[in-house]
Amino acid sequence: MVTGLKSGDQGAMAELYDRYSAVVYAVALRVLGDTGAAEDVLQEVFLQLWRNPGAFDAARGGLGSWLAVITRNRAIDSLRKRRPETDIEDVVLSVAPDLAAEAERSRVAEKVRGVMGTMAAAQRSALEMAYWEGMSHSEIADKTGEPLGTVKTRIRAGLIALRKAFQTG
Amino acid sequence: MGGHEQYAEDLALYALGALQGEERAKLEEHLATCASCRLELEQLRGDTALLAISATGPRPPQRARQRILDAVAREAHLPVAVPSASRRGWWGWLGWAATAAVVIFALSLWRENSALRRTLASASSQAAESTRELEELRRIAAPIIQPEAQRVTLVAAKAPPQPQGKAFYLRNRGSLVFLANNMPPLPPQKAYELWLIPVSGAPIPAGVFKPDARGNASVVNPPLPAGTVAKAFAVTVENEAGAATPKMPLVMVGAGE
Repeated sequence: MVTGLKSGDQGAMAELYDRYSAVVYAVALRVLGDTGAAEDVLQEVFLQLWRNPGAFDAARGGLGSWLAVITRNRAIDSLRKRRPETDIEDVVLSVAPDLAAEAERSRVAEKVRGVMGTMAAAQRSALEMAYWEGMSHSEIADKTGEPLGTVKTRIRAGLIALRKAFQTG
Repeated sequence: MGGHEQYAEDLALYALGALQGEERAKLEEHLATCASCRLELEQLRGDTALLAISATGPRPPQRARQRILDAVAREAHLPVAVPSASRRGWWGWLGWAATAAVVIFALSLWRENSALRRTLASASSQAAESTRELEELRRIAAPIIQPEAQRVTLVAAKAPPQPQGKAFYLRNRGSLVFLANNMPPLPPQKAYELWLIPVSGAPIPAGVFKPDARGNASVVNPPLPAGTVAKAFAVTVENEAGAATPKMPLVMVGAGE
C-alpha cells in the first residue's frame, strides 16, 4: 500500500485510511481528549503520509505501530503547544510488533492493558503521565510529590515490564 | 540489557520524550558516541509503541474519511514522488515535495511581513495553525511560483533588460529554487543547464531548463546531495539532455551574497 502511495495512487490512501484510521484517531483522542482536535491530528497524519510516503521504511517495523507513535508525538506536541520536536524519519521502531490487522492490534492492545493492570498504581500512572500527557520527569515528580529518582525508576521499570510481557508472548 | 547502567533510566525517559534540560543534553551527547545505548533506545522506543497501540476509543466520524480523501485528491497534481532526501527540523512535518519551494521563498518574505506573522500567531491551535500556515505560505509564494504569474524585471531606465537569474538554496536540505528571466531563446536541441559550484570538486548538475516564449525559466528542487556548500551557481548552454560536466563558457554566474 505504501508503494501505491509512492506512485500517487489515491486508492492506496483510502485503503490505508480504512486500515489504520481507528488506531490513529484513538491515540489522538486519548492524548487530546477533544474530538475536533483529534480529527485534525488524524487529518494531518494521513496527509503527511500522502505527501511523504518515503518517510516510512518497512525495515523499521510495522506501519500501524509507526503511525500510532507518530500520532502520539504529534498530538503531544499539539497538547503542549510545542513545535514538533522530532522529524518523523527519526522514529525508528525496528522491534515494534507488526500489526497487519485490527484483530492483531486488538490482541496486542489487550495484552498491554493487562500488563498495565498488573502494575503498581504509582508505576502505571507515572508511565501514563509521561506517555499520554507528555509530562516531563520533573513535572511528574512535582505533581506526585515523589523524588525525581523514584519517578525515573518507575518509568523505566514500567517499560521493561511491557517489554518482558511481549518477549515471552 | 544493553547500554550503560547509569544511562538506563534516562534512556527510558528519553524514549518517552520525558527527559528535559541538562540531563537530556548530556544523554544526547552520550548517544552521539555510544552505539549500544542507541540500540537500547531503539528497543525502548519499540516498547513505547506498545503503549501507543493500546489506545482504544471510538472510531473517527465518517466525514473524516471524505475529508482526507478530498485533501489527497486536491494535492494529487503536486509532484509527490521525489527521491528521499535528508529532512531535518520542523518543516519536515509539513511535507517535502509540496512545500519545499514554497517555504524557501515564503521564509524570506515572511521575515519582512510582520503583519502576516501577527495573523498567523493568533491562530487558535497549533494543529489548525500548521495547516493555515501552509495555506498562507502557498498564497504568498504563488506569484513567484505559478507559471502564469507575470514577471517583470525592472532595470535602470534606458538600459535593456539583461538575462538575470536568482538562486535560492537551502544547504542542509539540498533544496534549490532557481528563477531566471530575459533568457535568450536557444536553438532546438540545446538547453541551459544550472550548476552548483561547490567549494571544492567538480560543478554539480542542478537541472536543465529552457526558457518559455517570454524568456522566463525556473528550476525547482533538482535532486542534489544535501549539505553541499555552494560557492557559486552558474549556467551554461548544453545539449538538450544535459551534461555531467559544464561546457564553457559560463553564460551566467553568481556567487552567494
